[in-house]
Amino acid sequence: MTVITDRPAAEPAESKRRLTRRRRRITHEGRAALLLISPTLLLLALVIAYPVVTALITSFRKDQSLQNGFFTRGGGFAGSSNYIHWLLQRCGTAACAPGTLGSEFWDAVTVTVLFTVITVALEMFLGTLMALVMQRSFKGRSLLRASVLVPWAIPTAVTAKLWYFMFAYDGIVNRLLGTHILWTDGQWASRFAVIVGDVWKTTPFVALLVLAGLQIIPTELYEAARVDGASAWQRFRYVTAPLVRPALLVATLFRILDVLRIYDLPAILTHGGGGTGHATTTLSILVIAQLEQGYGGASALSTITFLFIFAVAFLMVKLFNASVIRTQQSAVK
Amino acid sequence: MENRARRPLAAVAGALALALALAACGSSGDGGGSASKNESGRGPITYVQGKDNTGDVKNIIAKWNALHPDQKVTLKEQSDQADQQHDDLVQHFKAQDPSYDVVSVDVVWTPEFAAQGWVQPLAGKFAIDTAPLLKVAVDAATYQGKLYAAPMTSDGGMLYYRKDLVPKPPSTWSELLADCKIAQAHHMGCYAGQFAKYEGLTVNASEAINAAGGEIVKTDGKTADVDTPQAVKGLSFLADAYKNGDIPKEAITYQEEQGRQAFEAGKLLFLRNWSYVYNLAGTDGSSVVKSKFAVAPEPGPNGIGASTLGGHSLGMSVYSKHKATALDFMKFYESSDIQHELLIKESNAPVLKSLYTDPALLANPKLGYLKTLGESLASAKSRPVTPFYPGVTAAIEENAYAAIKGSKSVSQALKDMQAAINSATSG
Repeated sequence: MTVITDRPAAEPAESKRRLTRRRRRITHEGRAALLLISPTLLLLALVIAYPVVTALITSFRKDQSLQNGFFTRGGGFAGSSNYIHWLLQRCGTAACAPGTLGSEFWDAVTVTVLFTVITVALEMFLGTLMALVMQRSFKGRSLLRASVLVPWAIPTAVTAKLWYFMFAYDGIVNRLLGTHILWTDGQWASRFAVIVGDVWKTTPFVALLVLAGLQIIPTELYEAARVDGASAWQRFRYVTAPLVRPALLVATLFRILDVLRIYDLPAILTHGGGGTGHATTTLSILVIAQLEQGYGGASALSTITFLFIFAVAFLMVKLFNASVIRTQQSAVK
Repeated sequence: MENRARRPLAAVAGALALALALAACGSSGDGGGSASKNESGRGPITYVQGKDNTGDVKNIIAKWNALHPDQKVTLKEQSDQADQQHDDLVQHFKAQDPSYDVVSVDVVWTPEFAAQGWVQPLAGKFAIDTAPLLKVAVDAATYQGKLYAAPMTSDGGMLYYRKDLVPKPPSTWSELLADCKIAQAHHMGCYAGQFAKYEGLTVNASEAINAAGGEIVKTDGKTADVDTPQAVKGLSFLADAYKNGDIPKEAITYQEEQGRQAFEAGKLLFLRNWSYVYNLAGTDGSSVVKSKFAVAPEPGPNGIGASTLGGHSLGMSVYSKHKATALDFMKFYESSDIQHELLIKESNAPVLKSLYTDPALLANPKLGYLKTLGESLASAKSRPVTPFYPGVTAAIEENAYAAIKGSKSVSQALKDMQAAINSATSG
């Protein structure tokens, strides 16, 4: 709004008048809008701003230390030492030794990103396929739609336990494959197990979002394409794909944000272990583990995780926002 | 259009709220001096412990309540997960909640609660008689020379073995490894304990290190002492046995239950586990070893090894308003009658020395493990007594796991363990 008022006076009078009218309308509508959303803003301030600010403050405080065998009350100002601890993996004056949580930070970042890239790519691909199948009309379609949703309806903790039993040494996976793989222990085997569990559970969610996107595409468009003599592939390429893109982008964003903070599946399926002992430790698992050892460090770590997720979300929105709108506008034309 | 574009932002907000909820737990300080308040307070109290699965604790409390109608005890049951119990206690202590009067404390939590000033030191008018109690259990409840909790139940590791296949239980590591050819001949695994990367591995690794004469943390509770030849010898026993297959490959994923199931299915010749397995392996429908197994003390390099102590103590909250009643209840819980009942009904290892030599109990077939357990506890060691236990156990788990899997040499693992423990206790 400030941009509008700062316009140079050299503008033609006509457009100036239009601008003032618009500004008046905005301020009037803005006031009403502000009034209407203020309860929500207040609630958001309570449930989001308060924890964020508290975590930020705590992250700059020292953890309790021992004095004559007893913990001191309150830790005092720590400067950036909690952040240095994680980002540079410093424990005191030395590098963090293997076996300290600090030594696992960059591994946890890598694991989290790895899970995000692989599972989201797989889920988008499989989810779109599933949606395309569910979109067709055939006998038993509603049964298929309902049964596809079952994995999504099962709580993650149960999913994790389910796959834990299937991936056990004597479990059905090894029996079927005739292998003797320690699925919950090997470095890549355990990561594979987590990816399988996550893809199994959340692909239906993606499929559902994409299906919703597919269903708003007017059938006339397909009819018109058919009249123009477009092949099945061309209909998909030039009608389905561009129009379902907004839904796909929203699903991708949802899933990326979800996997970046994944905790329960790897925690239950592999105890965050495997291979090096922390081959499936994600950032959230590390935060929970650190909570036992000191709130200052844990707050710093959760703030880092927060900024990381925020940055990814921001980038996603910035990169795809314009194109989301553009495709919708082209749909209107 | 605008609205649609904003929708992802709502998702961002949701994710952020979740990520940050973790950090919301602030900290608050104790004004101090709570330990000297309400010392002679009497009245109703609350006793907090994990799930009372068999209902025996409720019986014990009913007995107390019948005797003390004006000082009734209420049971508050927590989750059956140890770390959730710990977090629940910490939350209530931090809130200085007077409604948690007596709490059940895992042996490894006592130093932390004591160092935080949350549990009443049992000295002066709160002193309890520790002479009839197992020394190792008393040591584990002692911090900075003062007793901070009353030992309630104990536990020690034992060697379960197939008496139908092994004529005489091994008393040393080399005898045990020599018996592994029997396991090979029967196409079964030889030895397993709890080797998954969790608290059980800390127990197993410290048993191996202690048995070889090493220690993990010096008596100051801060300085690590694992970079020693003794510790190398101890941890090498597990690492070598895993490397040459005497410990089966899948045992690296075993916690207590998986090991028990493998043993009950006849897949293991030797199993290190706690006393609760004895009854289950003898009565479980699926057990194929019902009358084919027995227990022996854990072997070490030159004779009986060093079991790691498990169990719980009773701690009194410094914020309790009725401390005199709380103390009486703790003494009641430790009386020989109640200990007797807990042993028979719950198979809880008692902390009273006398029960391990009681002829009537030793003759009880359900308690066939009692004599062995007594022997095992006589040489038991407690895990590191330190207020920084979570960091210390994480350091042990990670490095012992790497050494057993062979991804690191034993001596390198112990060097790293040493450094990681020292870094965890320097806070």
